[in-house]
Amino acid sequence: MEDQELTQEIKPPTNTKGAARWLKDNLFDTWYNAILTCLALVCLFFALKGFLTWAFTEAEWDVIPANFRLFMVGSYPQEQIWRVWNAIYILSALMGLSAGLWGGLVFRFAVALSGVWFISALLPVELSTRGWCLGAIAMIAVSFFLGRGRTGLRPWILGGWILSFPVIMVVLRGFGENGVLTSNWGGLLLTLILAVVGIVVSFPLGVFLALCRQSDLPAIRWVSTTYIETVRGVPLITILFMGNVLIPIFMPGLDINQVLRMMFGITFFSAAYMAENVRGGLQGIPRGQHEAAQAVGLNYVQTTLFIVLPQALRSVIPAIVGQFIALFKDTSLVAIIGLIDLLGVARSIINNPDWLGLQAEVYLFAAVIYFIFCYAMSYASQDVETGLGIGHI
Amino acid sequence: MENNSPTAASGKIPFWRDVRVLRILFQVIFLLGVILLLTLLYTNMLKGLRGLGLTLNLNFLQDEAGFGISEGIAYNPSDTYFKAFWVGVLNTLKVSIIGIVCATLMGLFFGIARLSSNWLIRTIAAAYVECFRNVPLLLQILFWYTAVVGQLPKVRESISVFGGAFINNRGIYLPSPEPASGLNTWLWFLGAGLLLAVILYIVRWRQLQQLDRPGFRAKWALPAFLIVAFCGWFLTPGRPFTLDLPALQGFNYQGGMRFTPEFSALLVALSIYTSAFIAEIVRSGIQSVVKGQREAARAVGLKEGQTLRLVILPQAIPIIVPPLTSQYLNLAKNSSLAVAIGFPDLVSVGNTMMTQTGQAIPVFAMIMVSYLIISLTTSAAMNWYNSWITRIGR
Repeated sequence: MEDQELTQEIKPPTNTKGAARWLKDNLFDTWYNAILTCLALVCLFFALKGFLTWAFTEAEWDVIPANFRLFMVGSYPQEQIWRVWNAIYILSALMGLSAGLWGGLVFRFAVALSGVWFISALLPVELSTRGWCLGAIAMIAVSFFLGRGRTGLRPWILGGWILSFPVIMVVLRGFGENGVLTSNWGGLLLTLILAVVGIVVSFPLGVFLALCRQSDLPAIRWVSTTYIETVRGVPLITILFMGNVLIPIFMPGLDINQVLRMMFGITFFSAAYMAENVRGGLQGIPRGQHEAAQAVGLNYVQTTLFIVLPQALRSVIPAIVGQFIALFKDTSLVAIIGLIDLLGVARSIINNPDWLGLQAEVYLFAAVIYFIFCYAMSYASQDVETGLGIGHI
Repeated sequence: MENNSPTAASGKIPFWRDVRVLRILFQVIFLLGVILLLTLLYTNMLKGLRGLGLTLNLNFLQDEAGFGISEGIAYNPSDTYFKAFWVGVLNTLKVSIIGIVCATLMGLFFGIARLSSNWLIRTIAAAYVECFRNVPLLLQILFWYTAVVGQLPKVRESISVFGGAFINNRGIYLPSPEPASGLNTWLWFLGAGLLLAVILYIVRWRQLQQLDRPGFRAKWALPAFLIVAFCGWFLTPGRPFTLDLPALQGFNYQGGMRFTPEFSALLVALSIYTSAFIAEIVRSGIQSVVKGQREAARAVGLKEGQTLRLVILPQAIPIIVPPLTSQYLNLAKNSSLAVAIGFPDLVSVGNTMMTQTGQAIPVFAMIMVSYLIISLTTSAAMNWYNSWITRIGR
């Protein structure tokens, strides 16, 4: 009883939080913080002033809308552009359905994506493009309402995501001479394809390599360790050059095109790093988990799939997403080899005599696109982390 | 059942169900598979090389390179390919080492700034980290090279910093110290100062041991050394060093130190990009030391500086060093992106060698071995530092 009275007597302090109070607490609480704040404000003022003056008076932003198609799809032929839109529609439908089924993070991403399409439709683009953009929004909205609440559909949609990958590849490529050759893939489209292929293939490969490295069979362990350490010791650009130069030497009969060679390079490179991240998770699994799984009669494959990997991967989600982000950024290296990905497009525009001296504008635009994707990935990772309660001791 | 009973009775397991046999069998099959694959690749390679009319050897390294390298140690096109490659290796080392120093300092600064109690400083540091680590390094290098360094004024309109350093689109020119007549005398002063410092260090160390309390061992040694060196500078007849100022001669600046535009752009991009990652490592390392440690240190009466030096850092550094090492290695490997702007690092020189001689495989092997040596040396040095710093903390 006494306790209760006490807790009732002590009132929480009156809410003194106002703008002034916040300023005093966060910016001017000590004399050196006050000095730091003033210094930072002065620096910030001059930096922002310089940047904004440049951005609004000197910069010639015309170069962006004029080359927008190039940035997005490179030299993908105009009459085949419906292929790209079909791929986008497939993804939009899946995105909308998933947003309806799972809500939360996926829903936020679906809303953001619709926002991007809406803004694109407002920009000065061709009428047909506007139609496609609005169609994409409609697609997301319709599939959202279709999927809402129907939890029974979840496994189907997951299957759909997995299936969408080869389907989209076929849609983008088409068949034979009537299709679009991979040498015509470019811009953001190529960057995304390289990144998605890299992520989708290097992740299982990395898990496999990590399991091999943790194996108690020495031969398998040594081969895997040698592979991982060799690849990690070499810069990606060397591997890409090697893929470009050595694949034709090592496999003289096969005609592997350059996009595919770059995919090989990026995937095999990333798999080694992925393996190291996964290994960290595997090492954190206590011995008892293996033993308990064996005691209830699970074999190696079952133990790995149902006991070890779910726990190991869960604990290293941040590191794995970090590797995905690194891979996404690393796809820009194919520009050195000569592919026209997003960065390659930026370089080619700068070298175009019509747009001389606009390096800052073009590179800033490309940087913003890269930033959006990387930031979205790290945002998603943080969201999943808090959802699973990782990283909190 | 009938089939199994005889073996069960004799207590033997058939070999195809014996785990010990299966393990060995499986490994043998696996190794055979790997060897088969490698042999296939090897024969393919030989066939491919024969098709190109090449043989696999390193003799070409003795041939005359015949191409110029824009910067690095003394070299001319009539030197051998090996010399050319060596210039590339040294250029990689130069940009990596300077880059590591700059990235560490900037990373420390921003990592600590992210933990500041000042909201504005914290936010600026967070924005810096997010902006620079979410944009591909290659794009940043190209940005600095074409949009910043490439846009600097011409030689005649150079930006002058206090009249001693000059910045233009041909590079950055800094005054460099040149050894002068007084250097030998001053080195004697330095030697004497060092000796004094060592003695004072040992004395202070003994004293701290006797008092049995923590303290800064170089408290006397460091100022003593600095005072001797400083006095020596002025007592020496003639100056130990003279400053070689860059000066405009003809079409360009001569004298002093010159950083080429390629080197400057690469260095700035590498340092900033890596510093964003280092800042995150420093922040999470310091944050991983539980709050109670700091509070306990304050409770036993340690000052803020002592808390940091004796309690927080000894626990944070072992957490910081391994990821820091991998960032250093990343920086060294990322310096290979220099090939995009024409800085002659080892990959860039190696590429030229490949196109000229067609000897792709030996050159790739040389590049890989070089990076392997750099990686191993860096790892070893960082491991040594880690064990040293953790031993001091205990």
